[in-house]
Amino acid sequence: MFKALADPGRRRLLDLLHRENGQTLGALCEHMDMTRQAATQHLKVLEDANLVAVFWQGREKLHYLNPVPLHEIHARWIGKFEHGRLAALRELKKQLEGDNDDQA
Amino acid sequence: MTKPDFVYVTYIATTPEKIWNALVDPDMARRYWMDPTVGCARVNVSDDWQPGSRWEHRRADDMETVDIAGFVAESDPPRRLVMSWARPSEVDDATKHSRVSFDIEALGNGLVRLTVAHDDLARDPKMLAGVSGGWPTVLSNLKTLLETGHALPSTVAKATAA
Repeated sequence: MFKALADPGRRRLLDLLHRENGQTLGALCEHMDMTRQAATQHLKVLEDANLVAVFWQGREKLHYLNPVPLHEIHARWIGKFEHGRLAALRELKKQLEGDNDDQA
Repeated sequence: MTKPDFVYVTYIATTPEKIWNALVDPDMARRYWMDPTVGCARVNVSDDWQPGSRWEHRRADDMETVDIAGFVAESDPPRRLVMSWARPSEVDDATKHSRVSFDIEALGNGLVRLTVAHDDLARDPKMLAGVSGGWPTVLSNLKTLLETGHALPSTVAKATAA
C-alpha cells in the first residue's frame, strides 16, 4: 500500500477520485498529464493495493477511492485522544500554507 | 440503476457464510458495528431477511433506538444482500430511500472479497456524510473480528467511553 502511495501520479489519481468518486479511465485521463496506458498501469497498482475499488456498470468500469485500508492504518497508529490535536495542527497548516493538496 | 456514491472493498481471511452471518446476526454485529458518534454498537434486525421484509438498524442498548430502517430488496445467502436505507420517519416514502448492496465473493485462496456499494445518497448530503465516514470503520472492524476473534480494542473503548 505504501509503495502504491509513493508515486505522485498515483496520489493525483486518488485526489481526483476524492473530488469525484466513480470515474471512468477516460474521465480520469482528461485531468492527467500522462498516457492512457500509464494511467491504466497506475490504476492497476492502486487496485492491487485495494486503494481503488472497481465497479462495473454495464460495460463501464468505474473507479472508486477505497478508504478501508487507510482506515486500518489510521486505527492502528492514531490513538483516540490525538484526533483533536491533529485536526488543530492540520487547520493551522492549512491556514498558513493555503489548502493545496499537492503540497500536503 | 444510478452509479453508486461509494464503493468500499475489504478482503477478509474467512468464509462467505461467516461474513453473511456477521451482517444479519445481532450477536455478531454488536461486536464490531461500532459508531463512535453514537457511543454503542448497532445491529441489523429482520424477521427473515427475505425480499420485501422490513429490516432495522438498531442501537445495541436498552432503548434499542431504530436509527435506520428499510426493506430487503435481494437476498441470496451467502453471496448478495441488497436493501433500502432510510430514516425511520421516511421509511414509507420510497423517494427518500438510498440503497446498500453487499457482495460476498470467495476468491478460492482462503480470502473473501466483501464489496459494499451505497447508491442514491447524493440528494441527502447529511446522510451521505454520516454514512461515508461510517463504513470504513465498520468494515475494518469486521475484518479484525473475523480474522482474530476480537474487534479493535481502541474502537470498543471509544464506543463505550463516549
